[in-house]
Amino acid sequence: MTHPAPCSAPAADAAGDAVVDVRDVHYGIGERAIFSGLSLTVRRGRITAIMGPSGTGKTTLLRLITAQVAPGRGSLRVFGEDLERLDSRQVYRLRQRMGMLFQNGALLTDLDVFENVAFPVREHTDLPEPLIEKLVLTKLQAVGLRGAAGLMPAELSGGMARRVALARAIVMDPEVLIYDEPFVGLDPISLGVILRLIKQMNQALGITSIVVSHDVQELSSIADDSYLLSGGQVAATGAPAELRASSEAAVRQFMTGSPEGPVAFHYPAPDYLTQLLASA
Amino acid sequence: MSSAHDGYLVSGLRRLGATALFLFELLAQCLPALARPRLIVSQIYNTGARSLIIIMLSGLFVGMVLGLQGYDLLQRFGSADVLGSAAALGLLRELGPVITALLFAGRAGTALTSEIGLMRATDQLTAMQIMAVDPLRYVAAPRFLGGVIAVPLLTAIFGIIGLFGAQLIGVQLMGIDAGVFWSQTQDSVRLRDVSEGVVKSLVFGCACSLVAVFEGYNSEPTAAGVGLATTRTVVASSVLILLLDYVLTAAFL
Repeated sequence: MTHPAPCSAPAADAAGDAVVDVRDVHYGIGERAIFSGLSLTVRRGRITAIMGPSGTGKTTLLRLITAQVAPGRGSLRVFGEDLERLDSRQVYRLRQRMGMLFQNGALLTDLDVFENVAFPVREHTDLPEPLIEKLVLTKLQAVGLRGAAGLMPAELSGGMARRVALARAIVMDPEVLIYDEPFVGLDPISLGVILRLIKQMNQALGITSIVVSHDVQELSSIADDSYLLSGGQVAATGAPAELRASSEAAVRQFMTGSPEGPVAFHYPAPDYLTQLLASA
Repeated sequence: MSSAHDGYLVSGLRRLGATALFLFELLAQCLPALARPRLIVSQIYNTGARSLIIIMLSGLFVGMVLGLQGYDLLQRFGSADVLGSAAALGLLRELGPVITALLFAGRAGTALTSEIGLMRATDQLTAMQIMAVDPLRYVAAPRFLGGVIAVPLLTAIFGIIGLFGAQLIGVQLMGIDAGVFWSQTQDSVRLRDVSEGVVKSLVFGCACSLVAVFEGYNSEPTAAGVGLATTRTVVASSVLILLLDYVLTAAFL
Protein backbone atom coordinates (compact mmCIF):
# COMPACT_ATOMS: atom_id res chain seq x y z
CA MET A 1 0.00 0.00 0.00
CA THR A 2 1.29 3.44 -0.82
CA HIS A 3 1.34 6.30 1.62
CA PRO A 4 0.10 9.42 -0.05
CA ALA A 5 0.89 12.97 0.89
CA PRO A 6 -1.48 14.38 3.46
CA CYS A 7 -4.63 16.14 2.30
CA SER A 8 -3.55 18.97 4.56
CA ALA A 9 -1.24 19.36 7.52
CA PRO A 10 -3.23 20.68 10.47
CA ALA A 11 -0.27 21.01 12.77
CA ALA A 12 2.58 21.86 10.51
CA ASP A 13 2.03 25.58 11.00
CA ALA A 14 1.17 25.36 14.66
CA ALA A 15 4.04 23.54 16.32
CA GLY A 16 3.87 25.86 19.34
CA ASP A 17 0.26 24.83 19.83
CA ALA A 18 1.11 21.16 19.90
CA VAL A 19 0.06 19.17 22.97
CA VAL A 20 1.22 15.89 21.47
CA ASP A 21 3.94 15.82 18.84
CA VAL A 22 4.88 12.50 17.29
CA ARG A 23 7.87 12.59 14.93
CA ASP A 24 9.08 9.69 12.78
CA VAL A 25 8.15 7.06 15.39
CA HIS A 26 9.04 3.42 14.75
CA TYR A 27 7.56 0.75 16.98
CA GLY A 28 7.12 -2.99 16.69
CA ILE A 29 5.97 -5.97 18.71
CA GLY A 30 8.39 -8.82 18.19
CA GLU A 31 9.11 -9.09 14.47
CA ARG A 32 5.93 -7.23 13.51
CA ALA A 33 6.32 -3.51 12.77
CA ILE A 34 3.33 -1.49 14.00
CA PHE A 35 4.64 1.98 13.09
CA SER A 36 7.34 2.80 10.57
CA GLY A 37 7.87 6.55 10.54
CA LEU A 38 4.64 7.79 12.10
CA SER A 39 4.33 11.57 12.49
CA LEU A 40 1.34 13.52 13.76
CA THR A 41 0.46 16.48 15.94
CA VAL A 42 -2.43 17.09 18.30
CA ARG A 43 -3.23 20.77 18.78
CA ARG A 44 -4.41 22.39 21.99
CA GLY A 45 -8.15 22.84 22.46
CA ARG A 46 -9.15 20.75 19.45
CA ILE A 47 -10.77 17.37 18.94
CA THR A 48 -8.39 15.18 16.99
CA ALA A 49 -9.65 11.94 15.51
CA ILE A 50 -7.28 9.02 14.99
CA MET A 51 -8.93 6.63 12.58
CA GLY A 52 -7.92 3.51 10.78
CA PRO A 53 -8.90 -0.10 10.16
CA SER A 54 -8.55 -2.64 12.99
CA GLY A 55 -4.97 -3.65 13.68
CA THR A 56 -3.36 -0.44 12.43
CA GLY A 57 -2.04 0.44 15.88
CA LYS A 58 -4.54 3.06 17.07
CA THR A 59 -4.57 1.77 20.64
CA THR A 60 -0.79 1.27 20.49
CA LEU A 61 -0.47 4.95 19.62
CA LEU A 62 -2.38 5.80 22.81
CA ARG A 63 -0.05 3.54 24.77
CA LEU A 64 2.88 5.46 23.30
CA ILE A 65 1.34 8.87 24.08
CA THR A 66 0.62 7.86 27.68
CA ALA A 67 4.18 6.48 28.05
CA GLN A 68 3.05 2.93 28.73
CA VAL A 69 5.49 1.78 26.06
CA ALA A 70 8.48 3.53 24.50
CA PRO A 71 9.06 3.90 20.77
CA GLY A 72 11.96 2.03 19.20
CA ARG A 73 12.98 5.12 17.24
CA GLY A 74 11.75 8.68 16.75
CA SER A 75 10.63 11.39 19.13
CA LEU A 76 7.45 11.69 21.13
CA ARG A 77 6.70 14.95 22.97
CA VAL A 78 3.72 15.49 25.23
CA PHE A 79 3.17 18.99 26.70
CA GLY A 80 6.56 19.79 25.20
CA GLU A 81 8.31 17.09 27.26
CA ASP A 82 10.33 14.43 25.48
CA LEU A 83 8.90 11.20 26.94
CA GLU A 84 12.18 9.38 26.44
CA ARG A 85 13.95 11.70 28.88
CA LEU A 86 11.42 11.36 31.70
CA ASP A 87 11.88 9.06 34.68
CA SER A 88 8.90 7.19 36.13
CA ARG A 89 8.17 9.94 38.69
CA GLN A 90 8.03 12.56 35.93
CA VAL A 91 5.87 10.29 33.80
CA TYR A 92 3.38 9.96 36.66
CA ARG A 93 3.38 13.76 37.07
CA LEU A 94 2.75 14.16 33.35
CA ARG A 95 -0.12 11.68 33.47
CA GLN A 96 -1.86 13.79 36.11
CA ARG A 97 -2.47 16.29 33.31
CA MET A 98 -4.20 13.63 31.20
CA GLY A 99 -7.41 11.68 31.42
CA MET A 100 -8.23 8.52 29.53
CA LEU A 101 -11.48 6.78 28.73
CA PHE A 102 -10.91 3.07 28.15
CA GLN A 103 -12.87 0.97 25.71
CA ASN A 104 -14.49 -1.04 28.53
CA GLY A 105 -14.51 1.78 31.09
CA ALA A 106 -11.92 0.00 33.29
CA LEU A 107 -13.81 0.93 36.45
CA LEU A 108 -12.39 -0.48 39.66
CA THR A 109 -14.78 -3.34 40.37
CA ASP A 110 -14.43 -3.29 44.16
CA LEU A 111 -15.48 0.38 44.43
CA ASP A 112 -18.92 1.88 43.81
CA VAL A 113 -19.54 4.60 41.24
CA PHE A 114 -18.94 7.44 43.70
CA GLU A 115 -15.67 5.96 44.94
CA ASN A 116 -14.51 5.25 41.39
CA VAL A 117 -14.89 8.92 40.49
CA ALA A 118 -13.39 10.02 43.81
CA PHE A 119 -10.41 7.65 43.42
CA PRO A 120 -7.96 10.02 41.65
CA VAL A 121 -8.97 12.90 43.95
CA ARG A 122 -8.30 10.85 47.08
CA GLU A 123 -4.98 9.64 45.64
CA HIS A 124 -3.61 13.01 44.58
CA THR A 125 -5.14 15.60 46.92
CA ASP A 126 -5.86 16.15 50.60
CA LEU A 127 -9.22 17.77 50.00
CA PRO A 128 -11.72 17.52 52.86
CA GLU A 129 -14.49 14.94 52.47
CA PRO A 130 -17.36 17.46 51.92
CA LEU A 131 -15.42 19.05 49.08
CA ILE A 132 -14.64 15.67 47.48
CA GLU A 133 -18.33 14.83 47.70
CA LYS A 134 -19.33 18.06 45.95
CA LEU A 135 -16.67 17.61 43.28
CA VAL A 136 -17.67 14.02 42.53
CA LEU A 137 -21.38 14.84 42.42
CA THR A 138 -20.68 17.74 40.04
CA LYS A 139 -18.84 15.44 37.64
CA LEU A 140 -21.50 12.73 37.91
CA GLN A 141 -24.15 15.36 37.22
CA ALA A 142 -22.23 16.38 34.09
CA VAL A 143 -22.51 12.83 32.72
CA GLY A 144 -26.08 12.43 33.96
CA LEU A 145 -25.36 9.75 36.54
CA ARG A 146 -25.58 11.55 39.89
CA GLY A 147 -28.41 9.18 40.80
CA ALA A 148 -26.20 6.15 40.19
CA ALA A 149 -23.52 7.17 42.70
CA GLY A 150 -24.25 4.22 44.98
CA LEU A 151 -24.27 1.53 42.28
CA MET A 152 -21.45 -0.97 41.78
CA PRO A 153 -19.80 -1.25 38.33
CA ALA A 154 -21.40 -4.68 37.80
CA GLU A 155 -24.83 -3.02 38.02
CA LEU A 156 -24.14 -0.56 35.17
CA SER A 157 -24.85 -0.95 31.47
CA GLY A 158 -21.98 -0.53 28.98
CA GLY A 159 -22.97 3.04 28.19
CA MET A 160 -23.35 3.97 31.86
CA ALA A 161 -19.96 2.44 32.72
CA ARG A 162 -18.35 4.54 30.00
CA ARG A 163 -20.03 7.69 31.31
CA VAL A 164 -18.81 6.96 34.85
CA ALA A 165 -15.34 6.39 33.44
CA LEU A 166 -15.65 9.75 31.68
CA ALA A 167 -16.61 11.44 34.97
CA ARG A 168 -13.56 9.82 36.57
CA ALA A 169 -11.35 10.94 33.67
CA ILE A 170 -12.38 14.59 34.06
CA VAL A 171 -12.50 14.77 37.85
CA MET A 172 -8.92 16.09 38.06
CA ASP A 173 -9.61 18.65 35.29
CA PRO A 174 -7.10 17.23 32.78
CA GLU A 175 -5.72 19.27 29.90
CA VAL A 176 -5.99 16.33 27.51
CA LEU A 177 -8.67 13.66 27.35
CA ILE A 178 -7.93 10.48 25.44
CA TYR A 179 -10.82 8.31 24.27
CA ASP A 180 -10.05 4.74 23.21
CA GLU A 181 -12.85 3.44 20.96
CA PRO A 182 -15.58 5.26 22.92
CA PHE A 183 -18.44 4.17 20.63
CA VAL A 184 -17.87 0.41 20.49
CA GLY A 185 -20.89 -1.67 21.47
CA LEU A 186 -23.15 1.26 22.38
CA ASP A 187 -26.82 1.54 21.51
CA PRO A 188 -27.78 4.63 19.46
CA ILE A 189 -28.95 6.58 22.52
CA SER A 190 -25.78 5.91 24.55
CA LEU A 191 -23.68 6.63 21.47
CA GLY A 192 -25.39 9.99 21.01
CA VAL A 193 -24.88 10.80 24.70
CA ILE A 194 -21.16 9.99 24.54
CA LEU A 195 -20.75 12.03 21.34
CA ARG A 196 -22.45 15.01 22.95
CA LEU A 197 -20.33 14.66 26.09
CA ILE A 198 -17.07 14.58 24.09
CA LYS A 199 -18.10 17.76 22.31
CA GLN A 200 -19.23 19.38 25.57
CA MET A 201 -15.98 18.55 27.38
CA ASN A 202 -14.09 20.16 24.54
CA GLN A 203 -16.23 23.27 24.19
CA ALA A 204 -17.17 23.97 27.81
CA LEU A 205 -13.93 22.99 29.51
CA GLY A 206 -11.51 23.58 26.65
CA ILE A 207 -10.10 20.08 27.01
CA THR A 208 -7.93 18.89 24.13
CA SER A 209 -9.42 15.59 22.99
CA ILE A 210 -7.87 12.66 21.17
CA VAL A 211 -10.47 10.20 19.96
CA VAL A 212 -9.35 6.86 18.62
CA SER A 213 -12.03 5.04 16.70
CA HIS A 214 -12.98 3.48 13.38
CA ASP A 215 -16.50 4.88 13.47
CA VAL A 216 -16.14 7.35 10.61
CA GLN A 217 -19.62 8.89 10.70
CA GLU A 218 -19.62 9.56 14.44
CA LEU A 219 -16.12 11.01 14.46
CA SER A 220 -16.73 13.20 11.44
CA SER A 221 -19.50 15.01 13.28
CA ILE A 222 -17.29 16.18 16.15
CA ALA A 223 -13.63 16.12 15.04
CA ASP A 224 -11.70 19.26 14.13
CA ASP A 225 -8.71 17.34 12.75
CA SER A 226 -8.42 13.76 11.58
CA TYR A 227 -5.58 11.35 10.96
CA LEU A 228 -6.09 8.15 9.06
CA LEU A 229 -3.51 5.48 9.92
CA SER A 230 -2.60 2.71 7.56
CA GLY A 231 0.48 0.56 7.04
CA GLY A 232 2.27 1.97 10.08
CA GLN A 233 2.08 5.57 8.89
CA VAL A 234 -0.37 8.42 8.48
CA ALA A 235 -2.20 7.73 5.22
CA ALA A 236 -4.10 11.03 5.25
CA THR A 237 -4.71 14.01 7.48
CA GLY A 238 -7.10 16.94 7.48
CA ALA A 239 -10.62 17.86 8.46
CA PRO A 240 -13.11 14.99 8.15
CA ALA A 241 -14.68 16.65 5.09
CA GLU A 242 -11.29 16.74 3.37
CA LEU A 243 -10.74 13.06 4.06
CA ARG A 244 -14.15 12.23 2.61
CA ALA A 245 -13.28 14.18 -0.55
CA SER A 246 -9.90 12.46 -0.93
CA SER A 247 -9.22 10.68 -4.22
CA GLU A 248 -6.69 8.33 -2.64
CA ALA A 249 -7.94 4.73 -2.92
CA ALA A 250 -7.08 3.66 0.64
CA VAL A 251 -8.71 6.74 2.15
CA ARG A 252 -11.82 6.38 0.00
CA GLN A 253 -12.12 2.69 0.87
CA PHE A 254 -11.98 3.43 4.60
CA MET A 255 -14.25 6.46 4.53
CA THR A 256 -16.90 4.67 2.45
CA GLY A 257 -16.49 1.31 4.16
CA SER A 258 -16.05 -0.48 0.86
CA PRO A 259 -14.80 -4.09 0.83
CA GLU A 260 -13.00 -3.36 -2.46
CA GLY A 261 -9.73 -1.47 -2.28
CA PRO A 262 -6.11 -1.65 -1.18
CA VAL A 263 -7.08 -3.17 2.21
CA ALA A 264 -7.84 -6.74 1.19
CA PHE A 265 -10.80 -8.62 2.68
CA HIS A 266 -8.88 -11.90 2.69
CA TYR A 267 -5.94 -12.55 4.95
CA PRO A 268 -2.96 -13.72 2.82
CA ALA A 269 -3.47 -17.42 2.00
CA PRO A 270 -2.49 -20.00 -0.64
CA ASP A 271 -4.70 -20.37 -3.70
CA TYR A 272 -8.22 -21.40 -2.62
CA LEU A 273 -8.85 -23.99 -5.35
CA THR A 274 -5.42 -25.56 -4.99
CA GLN A 275 -5.90 -25.88 -1.23
CA LEU A 276 -9.38 -27.42 -1.60
CA LEU A 277 -8.23 -29.94 -4.22
CA ALA A 278 -5.15 -30.83 -2.18
CA SER A 279 -7.25 -31.62 0.88
CA ALA A 280 -9.66 -33.70 -1.22
CA MET B 1 21.95 -31.55 28.59
CA SER B 2 19.42 -31.26 25.78
CA SER B 3 18.23 -27.97 24.35
CA ALA B 4 14.74 -28.57 25.76
CA HIS B 5 16.23 -28.83 29.25
CA ASP B 6 18.28 -25.69 28.53
CA GLY B 7 15.07 -23.90 27.58
CA TYR B 8 13.35 -24.91 30.81
CA LEU B 9 16.41 -23.94 32.82
CA VAL B 10 16.74 -20.52 31.20
CA SER B 11 13.03 -19.77 31.47
CA GLY B 12 13.03 -20.95 35.10
CA LEU B 13 16.01 -18.73 35.94
CA ARG B 14 14.42 -15.81 34.11
CA ARG B 15 11.22 -16.27 36.12
CA LEU B 16 13.21 -16.49 39.34
CA GLY B 17 15.02 -13.26 38.47
CA ALA B 18 11.75 -11.54 37.56
CA THR B 19 10.24 -12.64 40.90
CA ALA B 20 13.26 -11.29 42.80
CA LEU B 21 13.02 -7.94 40.99
CA PHE B 22 9.28 -7.84 41.63
CA LEU B 23 9.94 -8.50 45.33
CA PHE B 24 12.34 -5.54 45.54
CA GLU B 25 9.82 -3.26 43.83
CA LEU B 26 7.07 -4.57 46.08
CA LEU B 27 9.08 -4.05 49.26
CA ALA B 28 9.82 -0.48 48.18
CA GLN B 29 6.05 0.11 47.98
CA CYS B 30 5.24 -1.59 51.29
CA LEU B 31 6.26 1.40 53.42
CA PRO B 32 3.97 3.86 51.57
CA ALA B 33 1.25 1.19 51.63
CA LEU B 34 1.50 1.03 55.43
CA ALA B 35 0.23 4.60 55.49
CA ARG B 36 -3.14 3.23 54.34
CA PRO B 37 -4.02 0.71 57.03
CA ARG B 38 -7.62 0.53 55.76
CA LEU B 39 -6.48 -1.24 52.58
CA ILE B 40 -4.32 -3.70 54.53
CA VAL B 41 -7.05 -4.46 57.08
CA SER B 42 -9.46 -5.10 54.21
CA GLN B 43 -6.99 -7.59 52.71
CA ILE B 44 -6.44 -9.31 56.07
CA TYR B 45 -10.20 -9.76 56.16
CA ASN B 46 -10.31 -11.05 52.55
CA THR B 47 -7.41 -13.47 52.83
CA GLY B 48 -7.44 -14.23 56.56
CA ALA B 49 -10.93 -13.99 57.98
CA ARG B 50 -12.48 -15.63 54.93
CA SER B 51 -10.08 -18.57 55.29
CA LEU B 52 -11.01 -19.13 58.94
CA ILE B 53 -13.60 -21.87 58.43
CA ILE B 54 -11.35 -24.05 56.28
CA ILE B 55 -8.40 -23.47 58.62
CA MET B 56 -10.40 -24.33 61.76
CA LEU B 57 -12.00 -27.41 60.22
CA SER B 58 -8.68 -28.66 58.90
CA GLY B 59 -6.98 -27.92 62.22
CA LEU B 60 -9.59 -29.90 64.10
CA PHE B 61 -9.29 -32.97 61.86
CA VAL B 62 -5.50 -32.85 61.67
CA GLY B 63 -5.40 -32.65 65.48
CA MET B 64 -7.81 -35.58 65.79
CA VAL B 65 -5.78 -37.70 63.38
CA LEU B 66 -2.64 -36.75 65.28
CA GLY B 67 -4.38 -37.85 68.49
CA LEU B 68 -5.40 -41.21 67.04
CA GLN B 69 -2.09 -42.00 65.35
CA GLY B 70 -0.06 -40.63 68.24
CA TYR B 71 -1.99 -42.57 70.85
CA ASP B 72 -1.69 -45.83 68.86
CA LEU B 73 2.04 -45.36 68.34
CA LEU B 74 2.91 -44.16 71.83
CA GLN B 75 0.86 -46.89 73.51
CA ARG B 76 3.09 -49.53 71.86
CA PHE B 77 5.97 -48.09 73.88
CA GLY B 78 3.86 -47.52 76.97
CA SER B 79 4.18 -43.74 76.62
CA ALA B 80 0.63 -42.70 75.81
CA ASP B 81 0.87 -40.01 78.49
CA VAL B 82 3.20 -37.93 76.34
CA LEU B 83 0.55 -37.56 73.64
CA GLY B 84 0.07 -33.92 74.65
CA SER B 85 3.77 -33.16 74.08
CA ALA B 86 3.87 -34.97 70.74
CA ALA B 87 0.74 -33.25 69.45
CA ALA B 88 1.77 -29.80 70.65
CA LEU B 89 5.30 -30.00 69.25
CA GLY B 90 4.14 -31.53 65.97
CA LEU B 91 1.50 -28.88 65.47
CA LEU B 92 3.60 -25.97 66.63
CA ARG B 93 6.80 -26.74 64.77
CA GLU B 94 5.65 -28.53 61.64
CA LEU B 95 2.05 -29.32 60.83
CA GLY B 96 0.57 -25.97 61.83
CA PRO B 97 2.76 -23.71 59.66
CA VAL B 98 2.97 -26.12 56.70
CA ILE B 99 -0.68 -27.14 56.41
CA THR B 100 -1.92 -23.61 57.10
CA ALA B 101 0.34 -22.23 54.36
CA LEU B 102 -0.75 -24.95 51.90
CA LEU B 103 -4.41 -24.23 52.65
CA PHE B 104 -3.79 -20.49 52.42
CA ALA B 105 -2.15 -20.94 48.99
CA GLY B 106 -5.13 -22.96 47.78
CA ARG B 107 -7.85 -20.74 49.23
CA ALA B 108 -6.53 -17.17 49.42
CA GLY B 109 -3.50 -17.33 47.07
CA THR B 110 -5.60 -18.42 44.11
CA ALA B 111 -8.21 -15.75 44.91
CA LEU B 112 -5.49 -13.08 44.99
CA THR B 113 -3.99 -14.24 41.69
CA SER B 114 -7.28 -14.40 39.83
CA GLU B 115 -8.43 -11.06 41.26
CA ILE B 116 -5.27 -9.23 40.21
CA GLY B 117 -5.16 -11.13 36.90
CA LEU B 118 -8.72 -10.04 36.11
CA MET B 119 -7.85 -6.48 37.04
CA ARG B 120 -5.03 -6.71 34.50
CA ALA B 121 -7.32 -8.26 31.86
CA THR B 122 -9.97 -5.56 32.31
CA ASP B 123 -7.45 -2.68 32.12
CA GLN B 124 -7.99 -1.68 35.76
CA LEU B 125 -4.24 -1.73 36.46
CA THR B 126 -3.52 0.29 33.31
CA ALA B 127 -6.27 2.76 34.26
CA MET B 128 -4.54 3.26 37.62
CA GLN B 129 -1.24 3.90 35.89
CA ILE B 130 -2.89 6.46 33.62
CA MET B 131 -4.39 8.09 36.72
CA ALA B 132 -0.80 8.34 38.00
CA VAL B 133 -1.45 5.77 40.73
CA ASP B 134 1.11 2.98 41.03
CA PRO B 135 -0.80 -0.34 41.08
CA LEU B 136 2.10 -1.91 42.93
CA ARG B 137 1.40 0.43 45.84
CA TYR B 138 -2.38 0.42 45.66
CA VAL B 139 -3.10 -3.19 44.62
CA ALA B 140 -0.06 -5.43 45.13
CA ALA B 141 1.52 -4.14 48.36
CA PRO B 142 -1.65 -4.19 50.54
CA ARG B 143 -2.46 -7.72 49.36
CA PHE B 144 1.09 -8.88 50.02
CA LEU B 145 1.14 -7.33 53.50
CA GLY B 146 -2.34 -8.67 54.24
CA GLY B 147 -1.14 -12.21 53.44
CA VAL B 148 2.07 -11.81 55.46
CA ILE B 149 0.03 -10.77 58.51
CA ALA B 150 -2.79 -13.27 58.00
CA VAL B 151 -0.75 -16.50 57.70
CA PRO B 152 0.87 -16.36 61.19
CA LEU B 153 -2.52 -15.55 62.73
CA LEU B 154 -4.17 -18.43 60.88
CA THR B 155 -1.30 -20.71 61.92
CA ALA B 156 -1.87 -19.84 65.59
CA ILE B 157 -5.57 -20.61 65.24
CA PHE B 158 -4.80 -23.86 63.39
CA GLY B 159 -2.42 -24.91 66.21
CA ILE B 160 -4.90 -24.15 68.99
CA ILE B 161 -7.79 -25.97 67.29
CA GLY B 162 -5.47 -28.85 66.36
CA LEU B 163 -4.37 -29.26 69.97
CA PHE B 164 -8.01 -29.21 71.01
CA GLY B 165 -8.67 -31.99 68.45
CA ALA B 166 -5.80 -34.09 69.78
CA GLN B 167 -7.09 -33.55 73.32
CA LEU B 168 -10.56 -34.57 72.19
CA ILE B 169 -9.24 -37.94 71.04
CA GLY B 170 -6.55 -38.50 73.69
CA VAL B 171 -8.45 -37.35 76.76
CA GLN B 172 -12.15 -37.66 75.91
CA LEU B 173 -11.98 -40.81 73.75
CA MET B 174 -8.88 -42.74 74.83
CA GLY B 175 -9.01 -41.79 78.47
CA ILE B 176 -5.67 -40.10 79.04
CA ASP B 177 -5.81 -37.97 82.16
CA ALA B 178 -6.54 -34.34 81.27
CA GLY B 179 -4.08 -33.02 83.85
CA VAL B 180 -1.31 -35.23 82.49
CA PHE B 181 -2.10 -34.24 78.90
CA TRP B 182 -1.94 -30.49 79.58
CA SER B 183 1.02 -30.60 81.98
CA GLN B 184 3.03 -32.66 79.46
CA THR B 185 2.13 -30.11 76.81
CA GLN B 186 3.14 -27.20 79.03
CA ASP B 187 6.43 -28.79 80.12
CA SER B 188 7.65 -29.82 76.67
CA VAL B 189 6.96 -26.63 74.71
CA ARG B 190 9.87 -24.18 74.87
CA LEU B 191 10.20 -20.68 73.52
CA ARG B 192 12.42 -22.05 70.75
CA ASP B 193 9.58 -24.29 69.52
CA VAL B 194 7.19 -21.37 69.45
CA SER B 195 9.66 -19.16 67.59
CA GLU B 196 10.27 -21.94 65.03
CA GLY B 197 6.56 -22.00 64.28
CA VAL B 198 6.32 -18.22 64.15
CA VAL B 199 9.35 -17.85 61.84
CA LYS B 200 8.08 -20.61 59.55
CA SER B 201 4.60 -19.12 59.31
CA LEU B 202 6.04 -15.66 58.58
CA VAL B 203 8.33 -17.00 55.86
CA PHE B 204 5.54 -19.12 54.34
CA GLY B 205 3.22 -16.12 54.47
CA CYS B 206 5.76 -14.03 52.56
CA ALA B 207 6.37 -16.79 50.01
CA CYS B 208 2.67 -17.57 49.38
CA SER B 209 1.67 -13.92 49.13
CA LEU B 210 4.61 -13.04 46.89
CA VAL B 211 3.86 -15.91 44.48
CA ALA B 212 0.14 -15.10 44.40
CA VAL B 213 0.62 -11.38 43.79
CA PHE B 214 3.46 -11.89 41.28
CA GLU B 215 1.53 -14.44 39.22
CA GLY B 216 -1.60 -12.27 39.14
CA TYR B 217 0.30 -9.10 38.33
CA ASN B 218 2.19 -10.73 35.48
CA SER B 219 -0.56 -12.93 34.08
CA GLU B 220 -1.54 -12.80 30.43
CA PRO B 221 -4.63 -10.56 30.12
CA THR B 222 -6.83 -13.40 28.83
CA ALA B 223 -9.13 -15.98 30.42
CA ALA B 224 -6.58 -18.73 29.72
CA GLY B 225 -3.76 -16.54 31.05
CA VAL B 226 -5.52 -15.91 34.36
CA GLY B 227 -6.34 -19.63 34.67
CA LEU B 228 -2.72 -20.57 34.04
CA ALA B 229 -1.48 -17.99 36.56
CA THR B 230 -3.86 -19.38 39.20
CA THR B 231 -2.58 -22.92 38.61
CA ARG B 232 1.00 -21.69 38.81
CA THR B 233 0.25 -20.04 42.14
CA VAL B 234 -0.88 -23.31 43.71
CA VAL B 235 1.98 -25.35 42.26
CA ALA B 236 4.76 -22.85 42.95
CA SER B 237 3.49 -22.00 46.45
CA SER B 238 3.17 -25.66 47.46
CA VAL B 239 6.65 -26.59 46.25
CA LEU B 240 8.14 -23.45 47.77
CA ILE B 241 6.49 -24.11 51.15
CA LEU B 242 7.85 -27.66 51.33
CA LEU B 243 11.30 -26.58 50.17
CA LEU B 244 11.46 -23.70 52.64
CA ASP B 245 10.15 -25.99 55.37
CA TYR B 246 13.12 -28.30 54.89
CA VAL B 247 15.57 -25.40 54.92
CA LEU B 248 14.07 -23.82 58.03
CA THR B 249 13.76 -27.13 59.88
CA ALA B 250 17.44 -27.85 59.17
CA ALA B 251 18.33 -24.35 60.35
CA PHE B 252 16.42 -24.69 63.64
CA LEU B 253 17.72 -28.16 64.56
